[in-house]
Amino acid sequence: MTAEERLHPGLNLHHTDPHAHAAAVGPLFGFWLFLMSDAIIFALLFATYGVLLHGTAGGPGPEGVFHIGSIAIQTALLLASSFTFGMASLSMKYGRGTGKLFGWLAVTLMLGLGFLGMELHDFTTMIAAGAGPDRSGFLSAFFALVATHGLHVLSGSVWLVVMIAQIKVFGLDLRVKTNLMRLGLFWHFLDIIWVGIFSVVYLHGLIG
Amino acid sequence: MKKHSDTYRRELRRYVLGLAFAVLLTGAAFAAVLWHIASPPILLGLVFGLGLLQVIVHFHFFLHIGLKKSTRDDLQLILFSTLIILLMVGGTLVILMNLRHRMM
Repeated sequence: MTAEERLHPGLNLHHTDPHAHAAAVGPLFGFWLFLMSDAIIFALLFATYGVLLHGTAGGPGPEGVFHIGSIAIQTALLLASSFTFGMASLSMKYGRGTGKLFGWLAVTLMLGLGFLGMELHDFTTMIAAGAGPDRSGFLSAFFALVATHGLHVLSGSVWLVVMIAQIKVFGLDLRVKTNLMRLGLFWHFLDIIWVGIFSVVYLHGLIG
Repeated sequence: MKKHSDTYRRELRRYVLGLAFAVLLTGAAFAAVLWHIASPPILLGLVFGLGLLQVIVHFHFFLHIGLKKSTRDDLQLILFSTLIILLMVGGTLVILMNLRHRMM
């Protein structure tokens, strides 16, 4: 192992499995490219939101529909899930047994589903109160941005289920390890987008 | 297995530190808004500043992006994407806010 060795984003396997590491560098850089273009999609949804922020058309504004308690819990769930995925990556890298790996992945899945449940509850409450995406430009932009992130978390959760099945069926082979590392990047990336959402959308809206 | 216990502890520490920083920064931002510790413009600046710091914390501790030569491709890609994002988001906001201002 040399200092000049190529590393990729996320947890690298070069200490414990140099063979898998060498195979993973290219695919993970490719996935990183995808994530950066995904970031541009989110950035433009943020820009749309910024432009339409004052377009409430006489309907409810941000301070009327956001609840800081619910947002704080969603933030905590997603942040905790980022950490538990990190623990899953470590269990995978250091071969601490598939039992531990399954455990951390299952906890991550539960936290992700808990986040989705709370977000869905907030959305249905808003729509029932007449603050649906068809009410104003502001609400259309809000739902477009936050629901796109929610759909990403949903895809991540489906992917988690697929990974648990893949580990059960194939064991921790090279392909499964690479897939897990890709999912890790995706999951941590979604948490970064959420930092933008709670700062720019929710806290900004609650400041007024 | 034994020889990896050092790197294991180091990498575990990295995740725990990341979580601690993230909790601290998130908590500070929410607390500042909850208790209205400053006037709205200052508060907004504070929230955006803390958010930006937290994004850097996540990139460093969870995604392991660093300044080392071996990971510089990834960092360059982030910086290039940031440039594109600043151009597109900044341009959109400036042009459309200006249009809005003129139509008022």
